[in-house]
Amino acid sequence: MLQLALQVGQTAKPEAVMFWILGPLAVVASLAMLLVKKAVHSAILMAFVMIILAIFYIAQDAAFLGIVQVVVYTGAVMMLFLFILMLVGVDSADSLTETIRGLRPIAITAAIGFGGLMLSLLGHATLGRNAAGLAQANADGNVQGLAKLLFSTYVWPFEVVSALLITAALGAMVLAHSHNTIVRPTQRQLSINRFRGDSLGTAAGLPGPGVYARHNAVDVPALLPDGTPALTSVNATLSARGDMLDYKKFDLSQINTKVEEEK
Amino acid sequence: MDASNYLYVSALLFTIGAVGVVVRRNAIVVFMCIELMLNAANLSFVTFSRINGDLNGQVMAFFTMVVAACEVVVGLAIIVTIYRSRRSASVDDASLLKR
Repeated sequence: MLQLALQVGQTAKPEAVMFWILGPLAVVASLAMLLVKKAVHSAILMAFVMIILAIFYIAQDAAFLGIVQVVVYTGAVMMLFLFILMLVGVDSADSLTETIRGLRPIAITAAIGFGGLMLSLLGHATLGRNAAGLAQANADGNVQGLAKLLFSTYVWPFEVVSALLITAALGAMVLAHSHNTIVRPTQRQLSINRFRGDSLGTAAGLPGPGVYARHNAVDVPALLPDGTPALTSVNATLSARGDMLDYKKFDLSQINTKVEEEK
Repeated sequence: MDASNYLYVSALLFTIGAVGVVVRRNAIVVFMCIELMLNAANLSFVTFSRINGDLNGQVMAFFTMVVAACEVVVGLAIIVTIYRSRRSASVDDASLLKR
């Protein structure tokens, strides 16, 4: 690591400047992704890290991969993530309490161990020669070089991957598809039900909810001409939830006018 | 600039992603951390490709990206299916086999 610090002082090449700005940013953003509570914020930070990685790829003579990274990750994959987040519920903040006791200290200790091991390993490893650079391999252009490999050496894996993509798309369709448990009635069926039912009382449509002098909302039943409440005038969902109010409270004859005047 | 600096970043990102998979409980965040690990590996591939002056590493990174895209599609479909039946995207709630 000391060598690294020395190199910062020595090299003023554009790539070094780019690296020492974006590298720490990528690490900080991914750490923040781990620590923030809301999944949406995680997704945004994730997209940020992906873009930084794309810049790293382009800086390392992998222009094609850099562009693909932007298109596939920040474009398709992150949109998919956000879409599912919207579907599952944006507001659902992750509760940060541990369910398995002692999991977090163990995980952090293991991470420090693993990370330290990797870093010290990389620090001690030497290539024994200078980095070759891709100038020769990219002589005909990066895309052309990749295409030559993909369609010669790797043509069989390439075809297998296409099969994998189709399988994944089909699998996602099968998994995400849900069957209707009941058959939806058609317009014709609804009409027949209305006119061939027990009575013709509802043939012209159900009555609207109650309108009273002191209350005008969908949660009180209307009164029929004979003074009885029309329970069907309240939405079935509201009455099933028990949100239907008693109409008598708003009847003019029930109001205790004396109490109001005393106040 | 020494290309191996990218390897340090890659190692750090991989470690952070691994911690996230273990610690976080929202299935979608766990998935994002897996993506982070895959991308860290990709950065290593690209860096080694540059060090060796060979495009094979970039082809590997390309294949990793395709497989990662497949994995995201199927994984998110599974999350949606679990959410539909359990009304929860927490990885700890899907513990029916434990009991």
